[in-house]
Amino acid sequence: MYFLYIFALFIILLSFFKSKEKTYKGFKVAWKKFKNILPSFAKMLIAVSIVLYLVPENIISKYLGGSSIVGGTFLGSFFGSITILPGFVAFPLSSVLIDKGVSYTAVASFTTTLMLVGIITFPIEKDYFGWKLSITRNIISYVICIIISVVIGIFYGEIVI
Amino acid sequence: MSKSKFFDVFLVSGFFIFLFVSLITDFSPGITIGGNFIDFVKSMLTILPIAFILIGLFEVWVERKTVEKYFGDASGIRGYIWAIILSSTTVGGAYVAFPVAHALYKKGAKLSIILTYIGSSALTRIPMTIFEASFLGLKFSVIRLLVSIPLVILSSVFIGRLFKNKIRD
Repeated sequence: MYFLYIFALFIILLSFFKSKEKTYKGFKVAWKKFKNILPSFAKMLIAVSIVLYLVPENIISKYLGGSSIVGGTFLGSFFGSITILPGFVAFPLSSVLIDKGVSYTAVASFTTTLMLVGIITFPIEKDYFGWKLSITRNIISYVICIIISVVIGIFYGEIVI
Repeated sequence: MSKSKFFDVFLVSGFFIFLFVSLITDFSPGITIGGNFIDFVKSMLTILPIAFILIGLFEVWVERKTVEKYFGDASGIRGYIWAIILSSTTVGGAYVAFPVAHALYKKGAKLSIILTYIGSSALTRIPMTIFEASFLGLKFSVIRLLVSIPLVILSSVFIGRLFKNKIRD
């Protein structure tokens, strides 16, 4: 994180010394872009705060803990798709799930959909890339997540073929 | 004011009224939601302003030619490799990757390479992967990376072909 700040400061100073005008112009572009996407960010933040209230960690852990490998995988991918959790919450939660006896397959479907499928970030994605592309990308990403989970399951001996 | 803009204002102000009413009536779901909201706003504020400033500077300084060379139609397989390297250093999450990807796209990057960047920025961010490996084991992370990266590239090429010239600016 600090690296990002130092890096950004360095870039801004460099840009400033090379050309004041261009730097100001860059700031203007930044502000304009930020302003344009702000409504979608606001919607996303509202959605996240409500979804995290409705589906807190203990609910995820309760439902995933009590289900079979197939059920757990689909449920995991469902929770992963509808929420966003920062890594420092998601991975400790996952290791708790493993300790509780949840399969690696189900945990993989949860963590990978968390990363790759974004129903909550959809408003932002659609603003940049349009409805059709965003829907296609999310559906294909979901399939990829299920494939990853199955491969994980095979390597951990949970899925026997 | 357009219809959708009106809806946005309605939604956002409705949300804040709900939080405010929850606070004075001690309505616990509302208070929890408000707390979540503040947490997320805070974490975004630590990244977003800087990300957008860097994007703005990118727009004014980096020439189209350069982006085309590394990420454009002629970049070939190297374009995908650059996209993955760039994505592994992305901070934040999808909400940072989307504007970055869009800025690259507008400067002449190829759609399939942009999609590879988006997908792999979700999957290969270095700090996140280290965190994952320390909680779920190195084996887990290695399998996940080895399976996901080729799939992300393949699907990006596929979607890129499907949507060629169909993306709005």
